[in-house]
Amino acid sequence: MSTAEATSNTPFRRPSYWGVFLTFARNSLVRDMTFRGNFLIECVTSVTWMAMNLGFYLIIFKYTRQIAGWDQYEFFAFLSTTMIVNSLVQSFFMPNCEEVSELIRTGGLDFALLKPIDTQFLISLRKIEWAGLSNFAAGVVLLVFSLVQMTTRSDTPLLLGPVSLMLYAYFVLCGVVIMYSVMISLAATSIWLGQNRSLYDFWFYITNFSRYPMEIYDGPWGNPLRMIFTFVLPILLVVNVPARIIAWPFGADAAQSSLTWYLSIFTLLATAVSFGASRWLFQRALRGYRSASS
Amino acid sequence: MILRISLQERLVYRGDFALGTLMRFLPIVTQVFLWYAIFQQLGQSNIAGYNYQEFVAYYLLTMVARAFSSMPGLSSQIAGQIRSGEIKKFLIQPIDPLGFMLLSRVAHKLAYYSVAAGPFALVFFLCRGYFPGWPEATAWAAFLASLVLCFLLGYFLEACLGLVGFWLLEVSSLLFVYMLFSFFLSGHMFPIDMLDSEPWATIVNTLPFQYLAYFPSAVLLGKIEGWQLVYGLTLEALWVVFFILLSRFLWLRGTRRYSAYGG
Repeated sequence: MSTAEATSNTPFRRPSYWGVFLTFARNSLVRDMTFRGNFLIECVTSVTWMAMNLGFYLIIFKYTRQIAGWDQYEFFAFLSTTMIVNSLVQSFFMPNCEEVSELIRTGGLDFALLKPIDTQFLISLRKIEWAGLSNFAAGVVLLVFSLVQMTTRSDTPLLLGPVSLMLYAYFVLCGVVIMYSVMISLAATSIWLGQNRSLYDFWFYITNFSRYPMEIYDGPWGNPLRMIFTFVLPILLVVNVPARIIAWPFGADAAQSSLTWYLSIFTLLATAVSFGASRWLFQRALRGYRSASS
Repeated sequence: MILRISLQERLVYRGDFALGTLMRFLPIVTQVFLWYAIFQQLGQSNIAGYNYQEFVAYYLLTMVARAFSSMPGLSSQIAGQIRSGEIKKFLIQPIDPLGFMLLSRVAHKLAYYSVAAGPFALVFFLCRGYFPGWPEATAWAAFLASLVLCFLLGYFLEACLGLVGFWLLEVSSLLFVYMLFSFFLSGHMFPIDMLDSEPWATIVNTLPFQYLAYFPSAVLLGKIEGWQLVYGLTLEALWVVFFILLSRFLWLRGTRRYSAYGG
């Protein structure tokens, strides 16, 4: 019996994406827990790295009161947003996107293509790096700490409602989607080029631009950069928009909140467009895939 | 001979190399913007004795120092050879392994500079406005001396880390921790004399990490002069001697308990 007949005989069932995702998560957790020492070291080092970053800014704030209009705790809220977004992307998508070129080189992508489930879903979420989520926890702790500091400060304390928190969470997710789109697009180009040795480097350079407040890109060189990274490759929105929403909630400051309004509406658009574009790019790239070794 | 092999090894991918070197300046770009924003806020003044121009110059100079002191893959190479048993070849050959690898590193670095000089010169020429002018002859001499020393320091420090592989077999997590600390404490991230509150300043100024990036750059910018300079260079030389002796010691003890995996 040929395979075509076999598939036509079995009734087609829509795969349960959520169930598959949970299985992936469980498998990764089991693998991580097999090497518990290694897992712990990874957690500690990634949190240490973030603590060093924090130390760097603590030193800067000894010399200045603000960075580009961000007070110390506002800036820490910004920093924690960076940590949250990056840790989510790095734990869920990074280990998988890194492997795409390996899958192509060895022909392992064939197996992913044969499965009755969306290929992009399958290869984007196969593996989860649980250790990366330690930074997520550190980010949340830092965020809560700076929010408490901001709501209890003496002049113009921050008024935080449930709406801002929900909007914040929503725009963090939008940021993750934008970052994922950039990453999967990079991985998709490796289907054409056959290799993506520099994916990680490129990723490093991109996040390097996205993790500062957009106000610092100023002057004759900075303005074009800000425009490019807002409108062409919208990576500046990823951290800036949620951080603005939480640090300067709507209505508190008229000038700031109108800009936040425009930016957040644009972010909704940018998220949809970049996700769509990356999906399209991925599908196009798959069509160009010629299996190796078979 | 060793020199020639390594030189050729490196010169194969020239174009990729030059481009990669230019790309390495990109993280500095965002740092420069960050400092620009901070100085905009502060108006005309300086932070820990550095003005805005000196910050830019500092970051560019740390790139030069890092080009001397960083030894990509040295520790993992040594540890890998220990694990795979390849290190045996040094035990039966009449050459000194540390000396051999030192020479091949010198060659790698020479090849690297011959290619990277172009991008470096370009960036420095474009940013010449940020430098305070030609430094004095003593600063130059001290700068060059500290660069040579920082190459040796980087080499022997990483060799020691690799030789720890005789005991641990897997050193990658140790290396990662080392990388973290050296990135922060070497002054790659910010001039470490910004840390002026007490326990930290002494710690940072005694540890060997500062020589990997901060010290040469600060010397050329004229931040360290007179007796401080003499003291700094002496301490650097002492650290080099310390790590040379440590690596010898580790090698001798390591080979004695070595059990030659991999047949």
